[in-house]
Amino acid sequence: MAKKRVAVVGTGQTMHKSHRPDVNGQELIHEAVKTALADAELTINDIDAIVIGNMDHFEGINYVDCWSVDGSGGWMKPIIKLTTGGTTGSTLAIGGYHMVASGLFEKVLIIGWEKNSESDTTGAITTAFDPIWDRLVFAGAIAGLAAEGMAYMTEFGITDKDAARVSVRDRKHACNNPYAQLRQEVTLEEVLASPMLSDPIHLLDVCPRTDGACAVIMASEDVAQKICPTPAWVWGTANRHTYTYVGDLNLGEIDSMKYAAAELWKKTGITEPRKQIDVIELYQPYSFAGIIWIEAMGIIPRGKGAEYIWSGATDMGGELPINPSGGVIACNPIGATGLIRCAEACTQIMGKGGARQVPDVNLAVSTGFGGCFWTDILLYGKQKPDF
Amino acid sequence: MEQDLSKVTPLVYESRIGVPYNWWAGKTASRFFETIAHDKKLAATKCDKCGKVFVPPRKTCPECFVDTNSWVSLSGEGTVVTFTVVTRKLAALGKRNPPVIFALIRPDGADTAMLHILDNIAPEKVHTGLAVKPVFSENPKGHITDISHFEPV
Ligand SMILES: [Zn+2]
Repeated sequence: MAKKRVAVVGTGQTMHKSHRPDVNGQELIHEAVKTALADAELTINDIDAIVIGNMDHFEGINYVDCWSVDGSGGWMKPIIKLTTGGTTGSTLAIGGYHMVASGLFEKVLIIGWEKNSESDTTGAITTAFDPIWDRLVFAGAIAGLAAEGMAYMTEFGITDKDAARVSVRDRKHACNNPYAQLRQEVTLEEVLASPMLSDPIHLLDVCPRTDGACAVIMASEDVAQKICPTPAWVWGTANRHTYTYVGDLNLGEIDSMKYAAAELWKKTGITEPRKQIDVIELYQPYSFAGIIWIEAMGIIPRGKGAEYIWSGATDMGGELPINPSGGVIACNPIGATGLIRCAEACTQIMGKGGARQVPDVNLAVSTGFGGCFWTDILLYGKQKPDF
Repeated sequence: MEQDLSKVTPLVYESRIGVPYNWWAGKTASRFFETIAHDKKLAATKCDKCGKVFVPPRKTCPECFVDTNSWVSLSGEGTVVTFTVVTRKLAALGKRNPPVIFALIRPDGADTAMLHILDNIAPEKVHTGLAVKPVFSENPKGHITDISHFEPV
């Protein structure tokens, strides 16, 4: 069967909050699904297949694909569950893209969700680390990120103040996003005065825990423009895994991002990402990543990330706004987080961003990150790709 | 019946799942722990194709995707690649109390690093490139904690 070009034709999100005791998981999922269907002006009968995912262990429910059909609309439809830790949401987007691009399904509903409030995050995240070699000598996701920040600081001499500037940016941007959980500006001084968790990471450098869901509808080129006049075309996707044990990591340089981004730019003909891309929704769970990972992505030369952040280029109104939504530091329903990046990037292409809209977006990028330092990356365009 | 849900209190069912596991280390990792118990050395595997030496030892070279058939013995002395000092009582610390120093340590003669804990040093004295050595525990149990911690040489 011929390969089809694919576009995002509708998105939906819940109003993300720290706790949603008023709804169970299926009901939370349903809120996002209803919103995405309304956005695309479709009904559940139009959907040919569903792909759904969340983090393993967070809700302690194993057969989410089956258990959630009341909320997802998956009753008597093809439905597949994908889960890849922190990258779950971006893996869902890539999986949905594969399903439509294959030509086997015309319209696919993609759902990422999490009720992070329902369990012990650290206990669940620990299961992502090797039981023999890593678990007995590790202190969870924050310590791993801190070790990356430390490696980069040591090499380039940046400080926690440089990283704090990233947190200030994202928390300011979040005030424009009605869906974000944390919508409060902070100052550099407040970030630096917040408690040190694991050197060099302060409390206000890291993401919160969130309950929320996101749904995205992808459609093939045969119907995309009939559904949505300005769909967000998926130009390409890439992902890389580089890690078995923590000691394998090249901390401070994130190889998975470097290789995934290089492959994506090559496949899609991007030669100067900094100039060609209009907006990035970066899966950035802590502030230092906002410096390190844009270098790995090839936006800015290695060692120049902090200077670029301070120039204001990544603020709203700058050369290349990053995280107009406020990003992960403002909102993190983990299994949905990577898909929210996709939805937000596509919202920018569709011009539906409201107060957080970046003007004239032709190319947008979303990424996904997992605590084991793997990377997903997707590129979307306003124009239908000619490849 | 009242149609409005605004006065309903959402209920919560507090529960817990406890699942016992037996994680088999396999023979390759088991040799590492046996070697600590008998010789107080680190047993590493070497890829005959690319020459990389792996600690923890692995049966297959992930890059060449061939079995590693050679073993080398390392003292465990090595250098700090990167580290963090956990200063808050994060849940993941378990029974340990902050400050706890987590480090990636590259043993001399190895191409990979291993994750472990640094002790017997003030947190502010730790730096990348610091020379460290393993301190082995008195009663090895076949766990990574058979290396009690690393400390400055
Ligand atoms: Zn090899």
